[in-house]
Amino acid sequence: MISVCFYFQVHQPFRLRQDYNFFKIGEDRDYEDARLNREIVRKVAEKCYLPTNALMLDLIRRFNGEFKISYSISGVALEQFELFAPDVLQTFRELVDTGCVELINETYYHSLSFLFSKTEFKAQVEAHREKLKYLFGYTPKTFRNTELIYNNDLAREIEKMGYDAILAEGADQILGWRSPNYVYLPTPAYKLKLLLKNYRLSDDMAFRFSDRNWLDFPLDSEKYARWMHAVAGNGEVINLFMDYETFGEHQWADTGIFDFMNHLPAAILRHPDFCFKTPSEIAATHQPLAKIDCPYFVSWADLERDTTAWLGNSMQDSAAEYLYSLEEEMRATGDINLIHTWRKLQTSDHFYYMCTKWFSDGDVHKYFNPYPTPHSAYVTYVNVLNDMSECLKRRRG
Amino acid sequence: MKVLMLGWEFPPFISGGLGTVCHALTHVLTELGTEVLFVLPKVYGEKEHHDKLELLGANEVLLTKKTRRFKKNVSEKTLTVLEVDSFLEPYQTELSYDQKVTKYTEKLDVLKELQEDITLGRFEFSGGYGKNLIHEVARYALIGVVLARNEAFDVIHAHDWMTFPAAVEAKKISGKPLICHVHATEFDRTGDNPNHEIARIEKYGLEEADRIIAVSQRTKDALIHKYGIDEKKIFVVYNAVSKEKQIEREHIKRNLKEKIVLFMGRITLQKGPDYFVEAARLVLEKMDNVRFVMAGVGDMFNRLVERVAQCRMQKNFHFTGFLHGREVEEMFAMSDIYVMPSVSEPFGLTPFEAMLYHVPAIISKQSGVAEVFENAVKVDFWDIQKLADSIIDILTDKEKAERMVREGGKELDKISWNLAGKKIIDHYHQMVGS
Repeated sequence: MISVCFYFQVHQPFRLRQDYNFFKIGEDRDYEDARLNREIVRKVAEKCYLPTNALMLDLIRRFNGEFKISYSISGVALEQFELFAPDVLQTFRELVDTGCVELINETYYHSLSFLFSKTEFKAQVEAHREKLKYLFGYTPKTFRNTELIYNNDLAREIEKMGYDAILAEGADQILGWRSPNYVYLPTPAYKLKLLLKNYRLSDDMAFRFSDRNWLDFPLDSEKYARWMHAVAGNGEVINLFMDYETFGEHQWADTGIFDFMNHLPAAILRHPDFCFKTPSEIAATHQPLAKIDCPYFVSWADLERDTTAWLGNSMQDSAAEYLYSLEEEMRATGDINLIHTWRKLQTSDHFYYMCTKWFSDGDVHKYFNPYPTPHSAYVTYVNVLNDMSECLKRRRG
Repeated sequence: MKVLMLGWEFPPFISGGLGTVCHALTHVLTELGTEVLFVLPKVYGEKEHHDKLELLGANEVLLTKKTRRFKKNVSEKTLTVLEVDSFLEPYQTELSYDQKVTKYTEKLDVLKELQEDITLGRFEFSGGYGKNLIHEVARYALIGVVLARNEAFDVIHAHDWMTFPAAVEAKKISGKPLICHVHATEFDRTGDNPNHEIARIEKYGLEEADRIIAVSQRTKDALIHKYGIDEKKIFVVYNAVSKEKQIEREHIKRNLKEKIVLFMGRITLQKGPDYFVEAARLVLEKMDNVRFVMAGVGDMFNRLVERVAQCRMQKNFHFTGFLHGREVEEMFAMSDIYVMPSVSEPFGLTPFEAMLYHVPAIISKQSGVAEVFENAVKVDFWDIQKLADSIIDILTDKEKAERMVREGGKELDKISWNLAGKKIIDHYHQMVGS
């Protein structure tokens, strides 16, 4: 049997007020652009979350338990659903209640904390776990790190924390000639299952689907299922990992993406050797084929598949250093509101906005950047950090 | 005495110090009994009016079929100076990077194009410093011709090169004396890499002028050495500062307890913002209870943000972006030192403005204001070590800071537009021989 594993990432950051200027430092503790955040969450809810959840629910019911999917919904996204989109939260609950949906654990704040502080990382994973329990009565068994950032150390840590499976990018630099269509064992682990994204098939759907210059345009569910069926005989799993916003937001409804998804499960299941499984089911039923060594960080971002979308230029590095330099003092305050605010600043998107890699060529990445330039993103972010730092100073007296 | 005054900026339409200076000067001249017809490319908003001042937009001047023809109306010499064939971009603004990217290099036959470019018997003007600047300067020259024919005046007073061709034409037709007022030369604006077409127009106006007012000795020297202008006709009249303010230092709420060192101005090569950043780095190696603030926008903004990040000064160095009206005053009033590290500054009003809010100033020796401001600390713009030492000195020596404010305040009291205005009126009288 070949298991098809869908994992969708759901995430929305708390965006900052762009008018948070120098004069507000030490004066104004209100950092977030609540109006913009509400607007975006509502917009994406209408275009993506609500119609896609309805579609998924319909598919699950239609296939009587044969169609299964998994989600990782960041804590900051869940929090914004509670604030701005309880209807979205309700439909996710209905999905989880079907029993055909697995929820994946991540850092609550969709942060880069693993790169800076193990203590912080564990606290945020725990916070997300608690949130899933609180909202869905659910206990996760699978872990995925922010933006699929992964290396050996992370695998070791996650195994120690008791998870069955971990997700990562099927990046060429770690796979080499090997196929992503098997389950692997991370080098430092004993039983943790490593599921690697099949980036070709995933990106056909997530990125190339509506690209008119693509040789395989237009893509329909029959053709796509054919490509997947071709794996039969030389693979055991097909991991399709993508942003949930692929539906209706990255690929607008008029591209036919909903229709495509609606017909896809039937097309895939037409082959008798194919089934859908969630990550923890795969971990329970598949044995690892080999060990995978990954001493360096990989991620699912950009062509580089590394961490350079968030870290590496002087602005990103100085901002991250400043952020994490406040860690100990912040935790020592014991002030949960203050700590929560500081942790929201750890969300990787803030660093993504400061990325200068694609700025010159007007890349689509700009679409996700609310700031006019990476430099203005940095200036705003650092102003906010300076205010946080002031808060701490005043507590010290 | 009636003056035909030709300018390019006037509040509320200002992009640099020129508009502010023209406004203050015009007011004091009219207060002293001089009539002024102030012409600028386009008047924005409500027109300021009183019995001695008339504000006129060049875009309102009616042109007949005959007067709009360049070759018939504008003198041969002026035509030659105006015939340029390259794209002009005299001011570095925050837009200039994008503009450069889309910059077109095709030759412009300025005069031919202008001939047809007229609606309802009037020329259109934008009044900025955009890519059609040379077109506007040429159109403005033709307006000079029309004004000289239709208006009565005793003397022509022209501010900076954009207005010089119009002023020369007005002089040729009216026979009235011309006084050219130089607030900045092309060499100041470009860090000694002049645009040759602009320099040619500037030189032409200066040669044709009967008298020249330079805003500093430094500017006068530049006119003598760069353009070979006869020094006998150049006179220095220093700018003054408008003393209107809404905010007092004592009443400002300070959110941060650290001392604040301020740079305020365009973030462009001419203003030396990069030296400010490097000096900040040196200061922060020795003390940390200080914050540096860079207020303004400009084409070096991104580079300096990255430099500040690279030096890990994120806790002590802040960028405010462009500040408006009241924010400018607040920023001054919050500051403990004002730094003007200009590479080349014909005058530079801002240190006196800072003094209005009791902020001691460190200024570059390469500024005109350094000639008159006794109680400012003066350093070479490139000497970042000296600049850093001076900052530390003033921040740590309370007595010195107080002395600079006290004595500087006395100097400020002595400076007035009234005095500058009187000097200029004397020149008018001498020129018309009354």
